[in-house]
Amino acid sequence: MHALHQVLHAFFDLHSFTQDMPDVWAGFQINLKMMVIAEVLVLVLALALALLRGLPGPAAKPLRALAIAYTDFFRGTPIIIVAYFIGLGLPGLQLNFISTLSITTYGVIVLTLVYTAYVTEVYRAGIESVHPSQRAAARSLGLTYMQAMRYVIVPQAVRRVIPPLLNDFVGLQKDTALVSVIGVGEAAALAQNASSIDGNFVSYLVAAVFFILITIPLARFTDHLVATRERRERAQAF
Amino acid sequence: MPFVHVRGVSKWFGSLQVLKQIDLDVPEHNVVCLIGASGSGKSTLLRCLNLLEHVEEGEIVVDGQPLTNGKVDVNALRKKIGIVFQAYNLFPHMTVLQNVTLAPRKGLGVSRERSEEYARALLRRIGLEDKADEYPDRLSGGQQQRVAIVRALAMGPKLMLLDEITSALDPQLVSEVLNLVRELAGSGMTMILATHEMGFAREVADKVCFLDAGCILEEGPPAQIFSAPREPRTREFLARVLEAEKLA
Ligand SMILES: Nc1ncnc2c1ncn2[C@@H]1O[C@H](COP(=O)(O)OP(=O)(O)OP(=O)(O)O)[C@@H](O)[C@H]1O
Ligand SMILES: [Mg+2]
Repeated sequence: MHALHQVLHAFFDLHSFTQDMPDVWAGFQINLKMMVIAEVLVLVLALALALLRGLPGPAAKPLRALAIAYTDFFRGTPIIIVAYFIGLGLPGLQLNFISTLSITTYGVIVLTLVYTAYVTEVYRAGIESVHPSQRAAARSLGLTYMQAMRYVIVPQAVRRVIPPLLNDFVGLQKDTALVSVIGVGEAAALAQNASSIDGNFVSYLVAAVFFILITIPLARFTDHLVATRERRERAQAF
Repeated sequence: MPFVHVRGVSKWFGSLQVLKQIDLDVPEHNVVCLIGASGSGKSTLLRCLNLLEHVEEGEIVVDGQPLTNGKVDVNALRKKIGIVFQAYNLFPHMTVLQNVTLAPRKGLGVSRERSEEYARALLRRIGLEDKADEYPDRLSGGQQQRVAIVRALAMGPKLMLLDEITSALDPQLVSEVLNLVRELAGSGMTMILATHEMGFAREVADKVCFLDAGCILEEGPPAQIFSAPREPRTREFLARVLEAEKLA
C-alpha cells in the first residue's frame, strides 16, 4: 500500500505539475517546430522518391535501385542509430556548411531521413493502387508519362493514402522525443532535467500530456477521413 | 495509301501469340467493325493502333505516318487517335468538364477558356451540358460513356477507336451511346470499333472483320458477312451470338 502511494505521488503531484509545465512547454515548442518542418519535407521528398522508384524503362534502373536502397536502409535502421550517425557524425566531418548546423536542425534531418523512407512506401502503395486503365486512358489522350502522373495518377493516389500517411505522422511526432539523444533540448529532455531536480516523475506526465493532446486531433481526423471514404464507397456500390 | 494501313502485324504476350499476321485497310471516313469471340484479339489490335501495346512485328501506317519504325512521337500520334474503352475510365477525381478539358489544355496547350467553351459545346451536343460540373460517379453508365467519347473528341482526333463501348451498359442505356456513334459515323469520322452489337455493326459498318484466334479470318461488307459468311467459323460465331441475343 505504501509503495503504491509512493508511485502515485511520484507521478501525480499537482504542485509539481503546474511548476514543471512552463519548462516542458518551452521544450515542446521545439518538438512542434521539428514536427512541422520534418512533415513538410517528408511529404515532398517521399513523393519524389516514390516517383523515382516507379519510373519505367531500363534507363531508369539505377535510379530505381538507389530509391530502393534508400528505403531499405532507413526503414531497417533504428532511428536512434540514425540520430547518432547524424548528430555525432556530421559535426565530426568538419564541413563548412553541414557541420555547423544547429542541433535542432540535425534532429529535423534525422526525422526527415527516416520518415521519408516510410512515407515513400505509403505513396508507392497508393500509386500502385490506381488501376492501370487510368494510366492507359491518360496516355491514350496524348499526355506524357509525367503529365499522366501529375494530373491523373498522383492526385488519386494521394487521396487514398492520407489515412496511413497521417498514421506515420503520429509516429514522427512521437519520435521527435527520441532525437533528444543527440542533445536536442526538446520536451522529453527538459522533463528529464526537471525530474532530477524535483525528485519525482511528474514532469514526464506533463510531457506525455502535451504529446497526447496533439496526437488525438490527428487520430480523430484520420478516423473521420476513413469513415467518410467508407461511407462514400458503400454509397457507390449500390 | 488508305488512312489506316496494317500489314503483317503480330503480337505476343509472353509465349502466347494473340495477333497473327493481321492485314487491315481503312479508307478515310470509313467505319470498320471488328467482331469475334472473347479473347480473339480485338482489344489488342485496337491498342496496337495507338501504341498502347508494343507491336513486335509488322507495319502500321496511320495518316501517312509510320508507327512501327521506332521513330514516331507517340504522344503526338495519340493526339490524333482517340480511343474509348469498355470501362469508360473517366478520371474519378475530376468533374466532367475537367475530364474533357485536361488533355486539350495540357497536351495541346489550349487555354482554359477556349477548351472549356469547346467542351461545353460538345457536351451540349450530347445533352449533358448540365452535368459539366458533376463528378463521374454521379452519372449513369451511359452518360459516363458518352462523356468518355466527348473527352476523346475534344482532342480533335482524325481516327476513333471504340472498344466494346456498350458492353458494360444496361440494355436500356445502350442506344443513347450508339446514337452518338451513329452521329459520328454520319459526320464522316474514320472509326474502328470492336463490338458485340451485330445489328449496329450491320447498320454503320462499311466493312466487318471477323477475328478468330488472332487472325482476321474473314472480312467484307456487312451484308455479305452477316447474310452469307464464307467461313464455317464465322457462321458458328454468328449463330452463337444470335442464340445469345434471343436468350437475353
Ligand atoms: N496484358 C496482357 N497480358 C497477357 N495476356 C493478355 C493481355 N491482354 C490480353 N491478353 C490475352 O490476349 C488475348 C486477346 O485478348 P483481347 O483482350 O485482345 O481479346 P478481345 O477480342 O478484346 O476479347 P473480349 O471480347 O473479351 O474483349 C486473350 O487471350 C487475352 O487473355
Ligand atoms: Mg476486348
